[in-house]
Amino acid sequence: MTGPARGRGPRARLPWPLLVPAVAGLAFLVLPPAGLLVRAPWRTLPQRLAEPRVLEALRLSLVTATIATAVCLLLGVPLAWLLARTTLPGRRLLRALITVPLVLPPVVGGVALLLVLGRRGLVGQWLYDAFGVSLPFTTAGVVCAEAFVAMPFLVIAVEGALRAADQRYEEAAATLGASRWTVFRRVTLPMVAPGVLAGAVLCWARALGEFGATITFAGNFPGRTQTMPLAVYLALETDPDAAIVLSLALLAVSVIVLAALRDRWVGTA
Amino acid sequence: MSLHAHLVVERPAFRLDVEFHAAAGEVVAVLGPNGAGKTTALRALAGLVPLSGGHIELDGAQVHHLPPERRGIGVVFQDYLLFPHLSALDNVAFGPRCRGLGKAEARRVAAELLDRVGLADHAHVRPGRLSGGQAQRVALARALAVRPRLLLLDEPLAALDAHTRLEIRAELRRHLAGFDGAAVLVTHDPLDAMVLAHRLVVVENGSVVQTGTPGEVARHPRTDYVARLVGLNLYRGEADGNRVTVGDVVFSSAERLTGPAFVAFPPSAVALYRSRPDGSPRNLWRAVIDGIERHGDNVRVHLRGPITLAADVTPSAAADLDLTPGREVWAAVKATETHAYPA
Repeated sequence: MTGPARGRGPRARLPWPLLVPAVAGLAFLVLPPAGLLVRAPWRTLPQRLAEPRVLEALRLSLVTATIATAVCLLLGVPLAWLLARTTLPGRRLLRALITVPLVLPPVVGGVALLLVLGRRGLVGQWLYDAFGVSLPFTTAGVVCAEAFVAMPFLVIAVEGALRAADQRYEEAAATLGASRWTVFRRVTLPMVAPGVLAGAVLCWARALGEFGATITFAGNFPGRTQTMPLAVYLALETDPDAAIVLSLALLAVSVIVLAALRDRWVGTA
Repeated sequence: MSLHAHLVVERPAFRLDVEFHAAAGEVVAVLGPNGAGKTTALRALAGLVPLSGGHIELDGAQVHHLPPERRGIGVVFQDYLLFPHLSALDNVAFGPRCRGLGKAEARRVAAELLDRVGLADHAHVRPGRLSGGQAQRVALARALAVRPRLLLLDEPLAALDAHTRLEIRAELRRHLAGFDGAAVLVTHDPLDAMVLAHRLVVVENGSVVQTGTPGEVARHPRTDYVARLVGLNLYRGEADGNRVTVGDVVFSSAERLTGPAFVAFPPSAVALYRSRPDGSPRNLWRAVIDGIERHGDNVRVHLRGPITLAADVTPSAAADLDLTPGREVWAAVKATETHAYPA
């Protein structure tokens, strides 16, 4: 009706072979979370959320996801740099290996972690003998499982940002006397910061929702390794309403964090 | 602070092999068409492209095996490449910081340089908010801040609009005059080269085809590219005394020579006639008009015949001659404006 405002004019009708699947797809994505909101026991919500079990799981989830993201940043950003900025032989193979955890079923990832980091594992046995450290079924194990599953997201996002960044700025910095480390710290990193942040958010969200590897490698001990997704799954069998409440809390946390970060950095960058 | 460079860079379908030098305080312009290898030469000097052969000597010390950060060479890049996340001041302070100066001291040095290029009041502005001319000045200040032994400028004025260009060119000339190291400037613009440089190195297809002062190069071009740049008609022929024979055309010139020689004259030295003029038969031949275009206040006529050439005639002369492509005319060149020199 508002002719001039609609760019393509009155003949720009949407073709139904695109429109119908698009609407169906939208419904498919939006309806389940909406159903969560509809079926939520809103009246008892406050006291259910205040239950120590829920608060404990929520706190554990937030803490482990954040630590896992920090670990991923610390290890993943240099790894992404290595892939994007050096002519290391076998880089392609390396990149393929890195994406394996991305497509691996998380449960399999958990089994693999047990085999390597378990008390009798390849590295785990040495860790236990030398330092008395045992990762499985501990909070540190949760962090391990989450980082294992989430790190590829970060590496791929940061590598993409590094490749897209104009390397001539790094050359300019070199002619000014900057070593490669200084170039990375003072030029590369600030210039790809939006990409690193986006990768970190993705990584954090993935870590927060991690289930399969966590339950396999770290078990399901309330207060120690029982994160929100685990609590949701457990609650679903005994108390469906509690599962809905926990799910809502997880949904809210994810949405709030993503929205806040988007507005502050990702969106404007 | 002198530079001796022999740069060899081999690429699959291209080979750069140029040799030149620059004394302390001297500005050398590397002039050439696009794709001649100018920028590759500059990047090789800076250490951003590895040499396949040759050497780079600064003050008698070989530097070509050093990484860019240890060469002590300042570079002003074509699109400046100012770090977008740092203020103008911190861009300039970047180099001094890398050389180990403290933050405050580096900023003091940077503020001084920004003041020298007239941008003291833009110190805290990010590059995104600087005009092209201002960005160019910050880039120059940033390159000078590391006290380079050699300053490289890649098409320093190419990204500027015509008006700013005029202003920045004059300013750049002043700053280069105040710089005590050697400077190498890469450009495809002959005017930039003539105004800014003491000496020109003309590069075509990866090789040096001519060197000399701007005056020498402008008067005695040795390739068609240079002749076009400086606006001369250039031919290669055989000299015998005051005569130079180019194909079927015999030129008279003021100079006496024997052997292979170049003949050069400006398009304004050519006169066109509808019928054969009386008088001297030398420097006269029949030609066919190929095309006509405006050239400043005059009309430039492109002619073919025994030799191809460009002639400039006044608009009124053009009207009298009824110049249309395909028409035959007589072309004559004044002997006094025809210069011959050994090839």
